[in-house]
This record gives sequence, C-alpha cells and structure tokens, in this order.
Amino acid sequence: MNYKQAENMSRRRSGLARGVTYVLLSLWALVVLFPFYWMLLTSVKGYGAYNAEYIPRLFTQHPTLENYVTAFTAVPLARFFANTILFTVLTTALMLAVTVLAAYAFARLNFRGRNLLFLFFLSLMMIPNELVVITNYVTMTNLDLRNTFTGLILPSVTSVFYIYLLKENFEQVPEQLYYAAKVDGTSDLKFLFKVMIPICRPTIITITILKAIECWNSYVWPRLVTDDEKYFLVSNGIQTIRETGFGRENIPAMMAAVVVISVPLIVLFLCFRRMIMEGVSRGGTKG
Amino acid sequence: MKVTLEHLTKTFPARGKKGREVTAVNDFTFEIPDGQLVGLLGPSGCGKSTTLHLLCGLQMPTAGRIYFGDEDVTQLPAEKRGVGMVFQNYALYPHLTVLQNILFPLQNLKGADKLSKEEMNRRANEAAGLVQIGELMERKPGELSGGQQQRVAIARALVKMPRILLMDEPLSNLDARLRLQTREEIRRIQKETGITTVFVTHDQEEAMSISDRIVVMKEGLIQQIGRPQEVYDDPANQFVAQFLGNPPINLFSGRIRGGKLLIGEEAVLEAGALPDREVSVGIRPEGFVPDPQGPFTCALSGVEVMGREVSMVCTHQAAAAPTVRAIVGADQVEAKAASVRFRLKPEKVFLFDRETGERIYG
Amino acid sequence: MDKKNAKGWLYVLPALLFLGAFLVYPLVDVLIYSVEEGFNFASQTYSGVGGYNYAYVLRDPYFIQAIKNTFILVAVTVPVSTGLALLISVGLSSISKLRELYQTVFFLPYVTNTLAVGLVFMILFKSTPYTDGLANLVLIWFGIAPVDFIDGPYWAKMTVLCLYTVWVVMPFKILILTSALASVNRDYYNAARIDGTSSLRIFTRITLPMISPSLVYLIITGFIGAFKAYSDAVALFGTNLNAAGMNTIVGYVYDMLYGSSGGYPSYASAAAVILFAIVLTITCANLLISRRHVQYLS
Repeated sequence: MNYKQAENMSRRRSGLARGVTYVLLSLWALVVLFPFYWMLLTSVKGYGAYNAEYIPRLFTQHPTLENYVTAFTAVPLARFFANTILFTVLTTALMLAVTVLAAYAFARLNFRGRNLLFLFFLSLMMIPNELVVITNYVTMTNLDLRNTFTGLILPSVTSVFYIYLLKENFEQVPEQLYYAAKVDGTSDLKFLFKVMIPICRPTIITITILKAIECWNSYVWPRLVTDDEKYFLVSNGIQTIRETGFGRENIPAMMAAVVVISVPLIVLFLCFRRMIMEGVSRGGTKG
Repeated sequence: MKVTLEHLTKTFPARGKKGREVTAVNDFTFEIPDGQLVGLLGPSGCGKSTTLHLLCGLQMPTAGRIYFGDEDVTQLPAEKRGVGMVFQNYALYPHLTVLQNILFPLQNLKGADKLSKEEMNRRANEAAGLVQIGELMERKPGELSGGQQQRVAIARALVKMPRILLMDEPLSNLDARLRLQTREEIRRIQKETGITTVFVTHDQEEAMSISDRIVVMKEGLIQQIGRPQEVYDDPANQFVAQFLGNPPINLFSGRIRGGKLLIGEEAVLEAGALPDREVSVGIRPEGFVPDPQGPFTCALSGVEVMGREVSMVCTHQAAAAPTVRAIVGADQVEAKAASVRFRLKPEKVFLFDRETGERIYG
Repeated sequence: MDKKNAKGWLYVLPALLFLGAFLVYPLVDVLIYSVEEGFNFASQTYSGVGGYNYAYVLRDPYFIQAIKNTFILVAVTVPVSTGLALLISVGLSSISKLRELYQTVFFLPYVTNTLAVGLVFMILFKSTPYTDGLANLVLIWFGIAPVDFIDGPYWAKMTVLCLYTVWVVMPFKILILTSALASVNRDYYNAARIDGTSSLRIFTRITLPMISPSLVYLIITGFIGAFKAYSDAVALFGTNLNAAGMNTIVGYVYDMLYGSSGGYPSYASAAAVILFAIVLTITCANLLISRRHVQYLS
C-alpha cells in the first residue's frame, strides 16, 4: 500500500533526524566539557610526566595530588581565595541591602518623583561599565583607596538590573497584604522583612547567586584597583600565576589552581541550576 | 466522507516511577455517516480530545483502525490525511495577515497538487466569503475579536477542502453572546459545505444544539451515541442522564416493591414487571406536573421565575442533591404552599442500578 | 517634604548614593576628561580644552590595531555563535531524553571564570618546545602543518580568540533561544503539520518569526558584548595585549589608564567615548533594521 511506504519513509527519516540531532548535541557537549576534562587531567599529571609527553595523553595512569600542594604553597592561592570570598560576601550583602530597600520603595512606597526616579534608574542600565571605570579608578586613586577592600567593593555594589528584577517581583505581591498589615499597625520595615522578603525569596536567592557569580569572576576592576598581591582576587591571581608564578612552565600546577578556583562556582551552579538558569534567562547578560 | 472507528484504543505509558498507564480512549467503535456534524461530549479527561488527535493523526492509536470512507488511514501521518482542524485557541499565526494565514495550507501543496497564485487567492477568498470575513483579509490576528479569529481559523481549515473537519472546543474561548451566534454559524457552514465534521466540547448545551449526533464519553469509554434528542430522552445510564440537561436531572434513592416504584414511602409510579429491588430514580425537571391529587410530595422552598416557565425549588429527604427542581408552566404554580404534590410523567422518569448506574428498563 | 515622601526617598537613598557616585558622576566626568588636553595625573592640571585626545587616540597605531581586532572579533563571533546557538537550541527542543543533561552541560561555561578556563584554551592551543599542543596534534593528524596559536601568526591568534569567545558566549544564547522556542505554542506546529507543512517551511515561516524578538535581543546584546571583549583576550595572550597585537578597544582603554607612568585618563576617556559611540551606532542600526523585518507579536 502506498501510504504504508510513505509512512515508513517518514518514520525512517525522523529516526535519522533524531540520530543526527543527538550526534550534533553530543559534539557540542564534548566541546564544552573537554576543556574541563583537560584541566582536571593535567592537574593530576606529574610535572615531569607532563613535560615528557610530546604527544599529550588523554588519560594518566599515575594521578598525583602534588600539583594541588604546589598550587597552595608556591603562590598565595589560599590568600586569593580568602580575598575573593570576602569580596564576594561583602559586595553581595551590600548589594542585597541596597537593592531590597530601593526595590521596596519603588514597588510599595508612594513618594513624590517615584516614577521619574525609576525611569532615571532604568536609563542607567544602558551605561556601559567601561565608560565609568575610568573615573572610578581616578576617584579611588585620589581617595587613596587603591589596594583596599573598600576600593574593591564600593564601585561593584550597585546593579540597576537587580533593583528592576526585584521591584517587578515585589509588585506581584498582592497589595491587599500591604493594606492588611497597615491596618494591623505593621511598620513598613517590618512588613518588608516579615512578608515581602519571605514571599519573594526565590528572586532574592537568584539575584544573590547571580551577583556572587559576577563577583567571583570579576577581573577588570580588581586588576585596576589593586596591584598588591595581598589584595588579589582569584582572577588576578590566575593572571599572575600565568605570568610569573611557578615558573611559566609548570602547567600542571597552574591547572590545579584553575581547578581549585573553578570548582566552587560549578558546585554552586549544580546546586541551584534551575534558579540560576531562570534568573539568567530573565535578562542577565555576560560581557 | 464517512468516518469509521474500529476498536480504537490509545494508551499512554506511565509517567515517572509512581505514575500508572492511562487509557485515554478505550475500544471505540462507531461510524460517522457522510456529511454529519458529530459532537464528542464529556467532562475533561474523558478522552474526547485524544480521539480528535487520533482522527487528525497528531497521535497514533495503540490499537484499532480508522477509516475515511473505505481507506484505512490508521497509520497515515497527519499531513497525508487531508483533515482540517480548528484549534481551541485557533492557532492563528500572529505574524501573518488573515489572508496569509488562510493561504498557508495551500502554499504547502507540492508537485501535481501545486496551485497557481490566482487559484490560491480565489480559493482563499472563497473560504473567507463562506465565513464572512472578506473585509478583514489584511489584518493581523491580534487585531481581531475572538469571534473573528474563530472564523479565520475555520476558513484556514476549509480552504484546502478537507475530507473531514475537526474542531477542538470551538466555542469555549468566546463570550456567551458570541457563543450562541457562532454555533449557528458553524451549523450553517457545515450544512453549506457538507463536510463531515467532528467537534469536541464539554458543554452539553452546545453539543445538543447543533450536532446531528452526539457521542457521550467518560473516562475513555463511550457511554452512548445517538441523536441529541434520543440521548436526552433515553439515556443509557445515570452518567449520561446527569450530564445532559439543564437544570440537571433530579436523582432520588427509591425502591421497587410489588410492581410499584417507591420514593420515600410514596408509591409514585407503576413499575411494571420489575422485581423488588433498590434503585436510583432520575426525574427530569420537566417530568413533574403539579397536581393536588399527585402521589409525590415535596417541601417547597421557593419559586424562581424564568418567564414562560417557572422553576420550583423543592427539597426531599430521598433526593441525592439538597434541592429538587421542577420546571412547570407559570400558571400551574400554587403560590405560597409549604409543600407541593406532583404527578410524574412516566417518560421523564428513569431507573438506574444503584451500584453500576446502568439503566433499568421496565 | 512630608513624612511619607521622606521615607520613600530614604529607602532609595543608598542606591541613589552608590549610583550617583559610581555611575552618574563618572559618566559626566569621563566626557570632561576626554576633552581636557594635556591632563597631568600627578598635578591634576590640564593645559586646554579640545579634541586633541580624540585625534591622538585615532592616530595611535595600537588603537587602530585594537579597532581592527575588535571588528574582526565582532564580525566573526556574533553570526557564528548566534547561528550555532540556534542550531543547538532547535536540536535541544526537538528531543526529550537527556535534554536536561545537555542543557546543564551547555550552560557550564557561563559559570566558569573566564580567566581560568582561558588558561586551559591556551595550553590546548599553545605550541612549546616540549609539545605542539593538542590542537596542533589534531591538525597534524589531518595533515596540516602545526602553528603556534598563541605566539604565532596573527590569523592563528585571531582564530583562537574567536573560538574561545564563541565558547564563552554560547551558554547565554542557547539558554535564551531554548526558552524562546519552548514558549512557542505547540498548536502552531500541530496546525502546520495537519496542513502538511514541510519542516523547513515550519522553521522559516513559523519558528523563526515567532522567536525573532529573542533573536534580535541576542544579536544586539551579542554585538555589545563582543565590542567590549577584553578578558577573553587577556586569558589567552596575557596582559600585554599590545605586544601580542591582540588588543581590543576595551583593552586599549585599560592599558591607557593603567600605565606605569601614572596613566593617561584623558586618552582612555577619549577611547571609551569612541567605543560607546560605536556601540550606540551599531545598536541603533540593529534596532532600525530589525524594526523593519521583525514581526513583533501583538
């Protein structure tokens, strides 16, 4: 029968299409994963073994952790780490406080000039960081805040986008709740902490994580404002390691350092995968 | 085109670890005569939409066969079946104009079936004329009202001259006034084109008012097939009796004793040769006739005026629902009595098995 | 001002202070810097006002090289990454098994430190006396002569930079496109299938128009992002990008700022303003073109 053949053909074709799709997707997965595999692999190869491989091997029979020891002893990797954690925590916490207060004001408090001010905030989203970093650098230099945490943190705090995101979320909380609380004599601040924040927790967690990722990976500003290793973050640390640390040839130790600074974010991502991806797709950008 | 379903079954595999297999369509056999308008009717989850998807080929059955005329189309993919479908949300392409939407199916034709531009436009205009949207051709769907979108969707389904036309809840997205108007419109278009049409609905009034036949379904099983009036007058079981009719049928627990039907302690009707047993009694609201000598007594709690008729709201201790409704002529009402006596029209009273809900014929 | 107004302003005050100090003031200031001629960092004095800084920057061979590099990078990576992301997203949305796994894997580059993974790319592509590097081995395997992608010829360095940039920007694009594809109502596809529409036609006449707003968004942010490329280049070629001939416009701005001589904020400002002008022009052009072609959904 004619249609039987037609049907078989279309089934075969769709089977083929599916096969091609999976091959293509797996290929890209390989491209994505290979660098991660390679840094893990290289980080457990011995220094001698690595340099003896003219043709790099895709696996190793004698994994070693010596590179990790080197990474933490030969360069102040632990210090970079501690700096980054401190920087990330403080910046994110400050950002949260500022953002929550502003978003709440824009979403719930009525004050003169609110809409105009919000419009102004939105227009600030268009200003590229590259444009303002120059003056910020000069300001920090003039205030003698180079090589301090204050200098590192302050210009990194605000993100108009997060204020916008949280304001939108706050506005979804029914207004009746606010009026009910007012009738009961709840203060604005108490309402914010007891009602708004718990209800909007997912968004708050999302922006916290996004900001933490941003802080962890920030490079440009820290590079400008610090030139003392004592204040380096991991990104700058990596760059220093690459240019001076370990002797430039100790690639396995370098890779160990790379693994160490990559792992925290990957773990964070795997734990909060859904929230992060949703947050990013709602408008986060990179670069 | 006659459509025949033979033992059609669709089973969805279990989802997740705890899920169980779901049989959405269970052993359907029926025939739709050429040129009829058939309504698939049932509550949500009864398998009516799945049946529609099986008919158009978006889903493939687990077992059974589908014939269009004499051709077995069971394994034929959707695009080769030549069906027109109107989706519940119309699925009009928002970025195309009305004309482009209607032309879309024609532009898919390839090879020998390919049409000239003039022919395509002619047919598109013809279809648009049929549903009376000729003046909207350059608009985008977003600029149209719900009723207009519905017409465009029908025109798009008709333009390729389908062998059968399928409609998924065609009226559910319209407001009440448009619904009345559109259902007459659908009836007119179907009669004019003579295309065998199957539509799905959960609204019994909608199905009854325009269908040549209705198929009442529940949990994947066909309950009853027939002309709307037939099904209403002669329901196969308690579910069908309850599902059709507005206000709904009144249910009482009753029993047969010595050839009489008893509700409470009152013998309300002769039960013929039926043996003594417990039964469930369904009485249509129009089956009550106020009669001071009537055998059936209810407490009267109020009267709702509906114009030509009135609805007497009563209570009865044997009734399944808190209220019993009787629709009677406005002149038959005894105004402020505390109770009212009825005589029952035997053809409006149905007996059902208490356990299975199956009809008991006496 | 009454109490209610004061309270509202009090709540936004911290945000206002931060934004004012680190976003608004610098924005004004950078424009001023860019026209102050002969600015001396140490004494904070300048000799005059005019366009000299712009003229200097535009004549600076390093800046011209940076412009050239950036434009090549933009011209290559934006179409390649958008096209590839579209292909992958369409593939992703057509499967159901393993889909979450693929999505998770594809998103990984987003959460990694650009500098750190750049190092891995560097060792993959670098050729040293000890080894040609993995990339070159693959080339040799295909019978192509090895080349040092990190310290070698210009085209080789540009290739790695483009590759790495694409690798870095893909997660965001895939994510946006997959969610755009997922939000297209299935009924459109069903309707098209019943009408016998070919897959290609479904893709070009239904899918693409439906996701065009997301595509435009991606192309615009893609352009902006690529024009601001910097850390990817640093990761691959080190901080001395001018020496490697791989500097970008943003890199030029920072290099000007961070000179050992105390820096030239005037030149940096002029370069930054030029960058902003380029980005703004291209974004507007994008919007104009897309407004003509994109069918915004009503």
